[in-house]
Amino acid sequence: MAMTTPRPQSVMPTDTAPRRMTGAEILCESLRREGVELIFGYPGGAVLPLYHTLPEFPFRHILVRHEQGAVFAASGYARATGRVGVCLATSGPGATNMVTGIADAMMDSVPIVAITGQVATSLIGRDAFQEIDTTGITLPITKHNYLVERAEDLPIIVREAFYIARNGRPGPVLIDVPKDVQQQEAEFIWPTEVRLRGFRPTLHGHARQIRQAAELIAQSERPLILAGHGVIISQAYAELRALAEKAQIPVITTLHGVSCFPESHELSFGMTGMHGAAYANKAICECDLLIGIGMRFDDRVTGKVSGFAPKAKIIHIDIDPAEIGKNVRVTVPIVGDCRNVLAALVREVKEARHEEWLAQLCAWREEMPMTRIRETDRLLPQHVIRALYEETGGRALIVCDVGQHQMWAAQHYWYDVPNSFFSSGGLGAMGYCLPASMGVKLGRPDEMVWAVVGDGGFQVTMQELATIVQDNIAVKIAIINNGYLGMVRQWQQLFYNRRYSASPLSGPDFVKLGEAYGIPALRVTRREEVAPAIRQAIATEGPFMIDFVVEEEENVYPMIPPGGALSDIILDTNL
Amino acid sequence: MKRTVVALMEDHPGVLNRVVSVLRRRSFNIDSLAVGHTDQPGVSRMTITVEGNDEVIEQVVKQLYKIIDVIKVSDISDEKMVVRELALIKVTAQSQTRSEIMQIVDIYRAKIVDVSPESLMIEVTGPEEKIDSLISLLRGFGIKEVVRTGRVALVRGPSATRAPEEEPVDGRVRSTGRGVKQAVGP
Repeated sequence: MAMTTPRPQSVMPTDTAPRRMTGAEILCESLRREGVELIFGYPGGAVLPLYHTLPEFPFRHILVRHEQGAVFAASGYARATGRVGVCLATSGPGATNMVTGIADAMMDSVPIVAITGQVATSLIGRDAFQEIDTTGITLPITKHNYLVERAEDLPIIVREAFYIARNGRPGPVLIDVPKDVQQQEAEFIWPTEVRLRGFRPTLHGHARQIRQAAELIAQSERPLILAGHGVIISQAYAELRALAEKAQIPVITTLHGVSCFPESHELSFGMTGMHGAAYANKAICECDLLIGIGMRFDDRVTGKVSGFAPKAKIIHIDIDPAEIGKNVRVTVPIVGDCRNVLAALVREVKEARHEEWLAQLCAWREEMPMTRIRETDRLLPQHVIRALYEETGGRALIVCDVGQHQMWAAQHYWYDVPNSFFSSGGLGAMGYCLPASMGVKLGRPDEMVWAVVGDGGFQVTMQELATIVQDNIAVKIAIINNGYLGMVRQWQQLFYNRRYSASPLSGPDFVKLGEAYGIPALRVTRREEVAPAIRQAIATEGPFMIDFVVEEEENVYPMIPPGGALSDIILDTNL
Repeated sequence: MKRTVVALMEDHPGVLNRVVSVLRRRSFNIDSLAVGHTDQPGVSRMTITVEGNDEVIEQVVKQLYKIIDVIKVSDISDEKMVVRELALIKVTAQSQTRSEIMQIVDIYRAKIVDVSPESLMIEVTGPEEKIDSLISLLRGFGIKEVVRTGRVALVRGPSATRAPEEEPVDGRVRSTGRGVKQAVGP
């Protein structure tokens, strides 16, 4: 059945009139019913039928230059908007190229549906051309995956996939579609609902647990909120703020919790963890009650677990019951969606003041501020971030890659706009930034998006510059260029006797590269050039690139050394 | 400490792989795994014997629950239960030793299920300790081959670990692929 003209809307199947369609059409129609508008993908043999059908449907397809870019872009889009991101690739190498991105979405709880082509069902298991065991390979890095055997199963599979991806703790779901299934004809029947016996997330906290938590808060003299990604996922900004203000509890965040609570608020005390603010880590060491909300006590946050929050009882609020009690002992566990639990908790909690404790945190902050940058004429990465903050009024969406610049972007930019900071945290995958920033910009086109990326991370996925140009995605790119894999070099300096094994890295002339791709680009080598360059980038419509050539050997401080407890913090001796 | 965890799962292709993959990935110390159908169509039951303290078992249960196809997980270690395992044991047996072996088999209320001039095959069911004990007694005669199923267990009394009945969507029940009533048509 060859379709050569777009099918008019009036002929689209409705719920009451099952029609015979090809598997490819059924898949597209199912995606349309799920509200998909954007697909990031890369074609290939096993998805030709699907790609043939795609243009008949009202999707915008973004052609990337590497399938990893498709997944990161879908991920960025999903994180920025709260919608399910969709990416598409062919079988074999297309699917394996998606693995890093899917693993990243799994680690950071991002809702995406990845669709891969597969060889015809008769060839599966015979080492056919471009055949790989996609569902086997992605088993541990997806919430669930499907190998479609019949075209008529596609509607329920798509419906379930989206349901699983976005409900409970969000995550990636993969659908592997053999080529002959895409070509098979079947009736399209859209299921009226999804019912999964094995998937019933708990959304509301247990009333008794919530009362216990409220009691602990009432008894506490030095309470502390540690807020994470879960607050952003459930959009519990108002509820978190209400709790913090009602009982005057200071708030610190994890890396992924940055921008869940306005950092200009008087109760905000920044980010904690391996490179968190010294005063935030000290607060954890000294508090008598730690309220973990939508976070999982990852090792980058806790340091040595035996030394974590030694004086505190712990309340842990999270939607994933498996995270509760996994890494730290918990006094009051509450399973549920942050927003629901916080709303109920705010009602139970009594008004309270903790002026002394607050003053103590302020004093520590005065003593060990995060805002100081060492005196020098050289151009430091921190200067670039600070200037970015000033020139964007602190209102930009910052997408960064992995490494030193990622830490500086969290430390020297203050995030007041909810959900405005994006990076690869759990997996720490270099190359995340550029493609993810495409997804973020496409998801929130009216906001300014800055991709802040190291020269190393940039080179991992820089081929996506072509995507940015082909689809005119107006991302502003700031390359923090120090000629090193900076974080590796820092560890080698501090812990491996300064042996810089494979960490110095060269790159192209980024300005010429930008021009080669058709993106206006500038180089900055001196401090006084920074602000004007950023202003020029902002004033220029469309994508723009700035190569910031910065101090080569600069370290991120403070630092909790590997294996150390939060109290083993290393401060910057240069300040 | 050996603990017993029971998991009920959808009988979908690959579900076994999913469960074992989680057990492997989280480095749980698995002693044995026994899996088979239940009386509920489309539901499989797996009995897992795992080494670990309370914290470890709590994680085993929670991580298994994360699998979409897993419907219910119970740690029944602390319940009063009936625990059984089945073993087939092939032991060297000549005319001189055959009657002694048969006496031992009687004592253990086991059965002889195969005879040859040089061997006997013994079938025994019971708790693991009984099987361990029989095997160690037979070792003296020369064990040729042993196959064990691993532990299965049911809690004593009237309570039961069952999956909730699957509710049909649009007149069809996914687990069996059979229509409960005709799908709505034009």
